[in-house]
Amino acid sequence: MAIIVVDVMLKPEILDPQGKAVASALPRLGFSFATDVRQGKRFEITVAGEPTAAQLAEVEVAAEKLLSNPVIENFTVRVEK
Amino acid sequence: MKIGVVTFPGTLDDRDAARAVRFAGGQAIELWHDDADLKGVDAVILPGGFSYGDYLRCGAISRFSPVMEPLIAAAKSGMPLLGICNGFQVLAEAHLIPGALTRNQHLHFLCTDQKIRIENNNTAWTNSFSKDQEVVIPLKNGEGSYQCDDETLKMLEGEGRIIARYVGENPNGSRNLIAGISNERGNIVGLMPHPEHAIDPLTGPSADGLNFFSSVIKSLVAGGVK
Repeated sequence: MAIIVVDVMLKPEILDPQGKAVASALPRLGFSFATDVRQGKRFEITVAGEPTAAQLAEVEVAAEKLLSNPVIENFTVRVEK
Repeated sequence: MKIGVVTFPGTLDDRDAARAVRFAGGQAIELWHDDADLKGVDAVILPGGFSYGDYLRCGAISRFSPVMEPLIAAAKSGMPLLGICNGFQVLAEAHLIPGALTRNQHLHFLCTDQKIRIENNNTAWTNSFSKDQEVVIPLKNGEGSYQCDDETLKMLEGEGRIIARYVGENPNGSRNLIAGISNERGNIVGLMPHPEHAIDPLTGPSADGLNFFSSVIKSLVAGGVK
């Protein structure tokens, strides 16, 4: 069993009002480290056994078709060790 | 004229959309998301609501419903298709129109009577308006901020495909105050405000929204896309 992780983030040029709200909440709690925050989505996809190259290629297609909207989002696919 | 209104799980405004069709003199036909059958309708409305609970992204799961396959094919060959609010999001997810709808810039859910200006009255859904007519119809959304890249924005502006724009302060952060856009042919329109809630002064802020529904009937009677 392995977990394939797909991270989806808004493209840098797309405004992220949720990330902005988090960024402005941090200093209110006394955290001063952040100059910016971007919020995204993480999908953990469980597969039986070690993922094959073909499976990973299929995940890429699914990520482009369903998990992300390529008009506003980028994604990365990796296998969790 | 038979106008189909699609119901997805979580759709809210299908009844108001059907009522608007009847007010405009059309016959409203119920279409079901799980049924790949358009029942011989002449045009289709994707109404507002929260289909599939807005899970993943608004409209992202509805876009792959069985009814969408014949609908996308019909719309691509010229059948009039109007997406209102959540329906607009479904159109964007299906890439029938460019761009995407994102979270309101101020993060609050909006519910207000909004003034908009009809800037293109040559589409299947806007031909009963006069050019630059200003109307007041309800706007209610959490993810209504229209976003696209600069090139797409320039193309929409250049081709007159921004069919309606917000008047006054930007309510949700939409680029260039975009309230609605059309495809190149003008048969597919996505609109964030809700004309189906403004067809009768008894139940809405105006009856201005009725023109969207009488427009499509007019264009169907004329036998063409416009």
